[in-house]
Amino acid sequence: MYQTIVFLPLIAALVAGLFSKQVGVRGSQIITCGALIIAALLSWFAFFKVAMTPGDHSLHIQVLSWIVSGDFQINWAFQIDTLTAVMLVVVNTVSCLVHIYSVGYMSHDPHIQRFMSYLSLFTFAMLMLVTADNFVQMFFGWEGVGLASYLLIGFWYKKPSACAAAIKAFVVNRVGDFGFALGIFAIFMTFGSADFAVVFSDVGAYSDKTIYFLGMELDLLTTICILLFIGAMGKSAQLGLHTWLPDAMEGPTPVSALIHAATMVTAGVFMVARCSPLFEYAPVALDVVCIIGASTAFFAATVGMSQFDIKRVIAYSTCSQLGYMFFALGIGAYGAAIFHLFTHAFFKALLFLGSGSVIHASSDEQDMRNMGGLRKKIPLTFWMMVIGTLALTGFPFFAGYYSKDMIIESAFAAHSSVGSYAFGMGVAAALMTSFYSWRLIFMTFFGESRASKEVQDHVHESPQVMLAPLYVLALGALVSGFLFKEYFVGHHYEDFWAGALTLVGDNVMETAHHVPSWVIASPFIAMVSGLAIAYYFYIKRPEMPGKFVQTFRFLHALSFNKWYFDELYDVIFVRPAMKLGYFLWKSGDENIIDRYGPDGVSAAVVRVAERFRNLQSGYLYHYAFAMLIGLSAFVTWFVLGGQ
Amino acid sequence: MEHFPILSAITFLPLLGVIIILSINGEKEIVERNARNAALLTTVATFLFSLVLWFGFDKTTAEFQFEEHAAWLGGGISYHMGIDGISILFVLLTTFIMPICILCGWETIKDRVKEYLVAFLLLECFMIGVFCTLDLVLFYVFFEAGLIPMFLIIGVWGGANRVYAAYKLFLYTLLGSVLMLVAMLYMYGQAGTTDIPVLMNYDFDAGAQTWLWLAFFASFAVKMPMWPVHTWLPDAHVQAPTAGSVILAGILLKMGGYGFLRFSLPMFPIASYELSWLIYGLSCIAIIYTSLVALRQTDMKKLIAYSSVAHMGFVTLGIFAFNIQGIEGAIMVMLAHGLVASALFLCVGVVYDRLHTRDIDRYGGLVNIMPRYALVFMIFTMASVGLPGTANFIGEILVLVGIFKVSSWVAFFALFGVVLGAAYMLYLYRRVVFGELTKDDLKNMLDLDKREILIFAPLIFFTLWMGVYPSTFMDFIHVSVENLNMQHETAMSTYHALTQTVTGN
Repeated sequence: MYQTIVFLPLIAALVAGLFSKQVGVRGSQIITCGALIIAALLSWFAFFKVAMTPGDHSLHIQVLSWIVSGDFQINWAFQIDTLTAVMLVVVNTVSCLVHIYSVGYMSHDPHIQRFMSYLSLFTFAMLMLVTADNFVQMFFGWEGVGLASYLLIGFWYKKPSACAAAIKAFVVNRVGDFGFALGIFAIFMTFGSADFAVVFSDVGAYSDKTIYFLGMELDLLTTICILLFIGAMGKSAQLGLHTWLPDAMEGPTPVSALIHAATMVTAGVFMVARCSPLFEYAPVALDVVCIIGASTAFFAATVGMSQFDIKRVIAYSTCSQLGYMFFALGIGAYGAAIFHLFTHAFFKALLFLGSGSVIHASSDEQDMRNMGGLRKKIPLTFWMMVIGTLALTGFPFFAGYYSKDMIIESAFAAHSSVGSYAFGMGVAAALMTSFYSWRLIFMTFFGESRASKEVQDHVHESPQVMLAPLYVLALGALVSGFLFKEYFVGHHYEDFWAGALTLVGDNVMETAHHVPSWVIASPFIAMVSGLAIAYYFYIKRPEMPGKFVQTFRFLHALSFNKWYFDELYDVIFVRPAMKLGYFLWKSGDENIIDRYGPDGVSAAVVRVAERFRNLQSGYLYHYAFAMLIGLSAFVTWFVLGGQ
Repeated sequence: MEHFPILSAITFLPLLGVIIILSINGEKEIVERNARNAALLTTVATFLFSLVLWFGFDKTTAEFQFEEHAAWLGGGISYHMGIDGISILFVLLTTFIMPICILCGWETIKDRVKEYLVAFLLLECFMIGVFCTLDLVLFYVFFEAGLIPMFLIIGVWGGANRVYAAYKLFLYTLLGSVLMLVAMLYMYGQAGTTDIPVLMNYDFDAGAQTWLWLAFFASFAVKMPMWPVHTWLPDAHVQAPTAGSVILAGILLKMGGYGFLRFSLPMFPIASYELSWLIYGLSCIAIIYTSLVALRQTDMKKLIAYSSVAHMGFVTLGIFAFNIQGIEGAIMVMLAHGLVASALFLCVGVVYDRLHTRDIDRYGGLVNIMPRYALVFMIFTMASVGLPGTANFIGEILVLVGIFKVSSWVAFFALFGVVLGAAYMLYLYRRVVFGELTKDDLKNMLDLDKREILIFAPLIFFTLWMGVYPSTFMDFIHVSVENLNMQHETAMSTYHALTQTVTGN
């Protein structure tokens, strides 16, 4: 069954991609959607079997040996436990819905087969990532989703901005992989294996060991964990390596929903959760994860407040929500992090697909300044977006309410300085989340339309093939919180996870139930305040945002320009690399090495060789001559030596 | 002789093709067609012959196999052939790449066709000889002779600036080979034999090892090429015809790595160990330096040539990591690079044949009219970047795992190549393939034809096979590498024991 879940999307991708002419547009849609529907159903079946049934149902499936070199032995193998089962459900459900949605969304595109094929290819790579039983196979999936992401961001290859964004995504992720790879090497050197089973069972013995790394003597497990986390930062767009995610919105919207909201970007969260046995022995690394996560949650929310591109707002929102997941990991609330990953997948995919529906309706317009008043024209999309927003902002009894509040309360319950920092950042970000989410709703759906006459006349509700996936996701955004709360973070925690997550100290999610009531109330208050401010700014007094920008010019510029990260990186890394490359080429290779090397010698030789009339063949004779001399010297030596 | 001399047969079979081609006479057109067919037939036959090695090879022993002995010059110099796990895959790589080379110049080479094909067949003979021979003199002959046809291929069928490029190649290699020859003479004087297996077990004095090692290093470093003796490579590639570039990248560059594995490591273990810092330094510089330079290239072939230098940096790092992962990784990088760099040069050749320029700026938006080409180019771009699932990844990760054990610093610097590699390859791909098709002269370009698909298909197949299930190939090399590694460790422990007693006194 698990082989079917993983390889069915690959087969579909190959058929739809390589035989695009033979299967045709409709054929490719049927094949890929069909494969994904089967995979999704099987995933839910697996989820109930592995996770929801009490007892340990984890299993291990060996497929093929992969790399064998001395004691470095890596297999193609699957490890299925609760964590994997949760990811299977998330990946295949969202992927399946996005596939169906794409049938409608991409209907006017000339390259439908290619698109469907890429989507399925991505799904395969993501499934390899979450089912991996060792670090190297995980890296395979990790790079595979990177490839699919690259291909899909650059899907509209005629747009230079899309091509640039695709390269940026790949290269920035490679920077993260830099750390991930070093982490894998350090793990192999320490444990003599890269299999999760071996590494995680031996980890206790290495808790106080040190490693000599880059000339420094460092704590072994802390170093390994931080290196792995650098990889996670790249993939999950955490502060510092986040710059590719907003640009990735150049890709078609279904891609943003699937890859850059629900699945791929959560791979970093998954990886840290998977490595919980390692991180539990590296408290310093956990603190780093927590601080970076909390800072990202805050930072991305500040940027999200001032963006005008509807997709970029949601992209920064994703970045911010990933920050929540990371600081939850950092305080040891792994269950809460994965719970938020699970609920977030539904409501964020819903928001993205909903915004896709908005964009589709308003003739590919993405700038919210040119929208407005769409509520009456596309009511179904409007209500779906509202459900997504309520879930994202943590409105009571919606999905986000359970998972996000759990994280914030756990941060407080951690009673550590980093925990308090995360709590503060988390509440502040909750306020901003509420503000920018409602701002999006108000700017898009309320007020007067700011679109051109042509666009206004053309506005239409999306077809059912696009709306149906929205309904399913909306259902998820409504019920996935309270249905699964007790399993992910509540009373059935032990039974549900069945050892898939390791926790060494106290369970913060346990103590989170006993925090003071003002702590429990604070995310709610933040959410309501954000809504109120957004209402005041964008419905009640629409001139306020302009005034606000006038007054706090610096803060607005900082937020609007994304804290100048792109500009900074351009100055620090991109341009110097380009300049250095040019310098090394022109000055290094041509002016120094060639000038004093072959050209210098040749100048000398040419003077001698000028006596020969035919230069060109002259060299050849020289060469053959030199060789002959060599040989004859050899023979002479042998004759003399042999006597 | 007990068995059929299969190695000699494979090595000299191309010469039979040479004779046949030279004996073809008549009308120009018919001669050319027959010559091409004869060359293709010869290379395919050689490849099929070499499959005997693949199926007959005993993977459980590190001994040399298919050995042939014959008296030659006497006095310890004999005709000695044989292969082990380290050399067999290089022989197969050579015989596999050759038919592709012949095919890729099928329509583009118009003058002196006979001579062109003869040069390639001669080259094949010499290259196979290098990997099969077990005698120092014979090795030297093959190793150096191989350059003459290469020199001609660049000098006669090359681009506008071919004389300069050929000349540069000649100067660099001459310097290296003279030093290597001196070292070989010394070794013969000491050991009284030029038999490689014997020399591998001969203990050269530690002081002499350093000089011998350096002399061999001079030759192999040029061949690799290592920084800073790499500048002949971009020029040679740019000027060479496509098939020449394929041979150069696919096989000739591997001779340096093979040389290190066959000579430097087993014969001069102490010097190898003592001078490994030099290799690490030069390799790390090469990886970062050439990757940065590749970022700024405007000529497609030059870009890929610089990327080759960076990849070869991984090879030298792996070899001198002195552990199984490092060495096996180095061999895998060489094989992978043999497939992928060859394919990338072929990709350049495809568009060069149509537009006659390698200038990146002249292209753009090819995906619109050449979707098949775009796919093939994408696969090899990703392979070159080292995406898991392709051959390059296997090699690179093994090299890095191996070198990380030795020094995290070296692994750290080498990893820059992985990041920069992604940058320059994707940047190249974007400029050539993606974008709007605006340039008029591109609008009539045709997608890959049947011949070109036939060329690429096997390369894609093996690149992926090697990436997904490398054991098929690595099973050949395990025992030999383990043996090499063990020999090295034994030599090291004796050496360390010795130095300790010296310092102890």
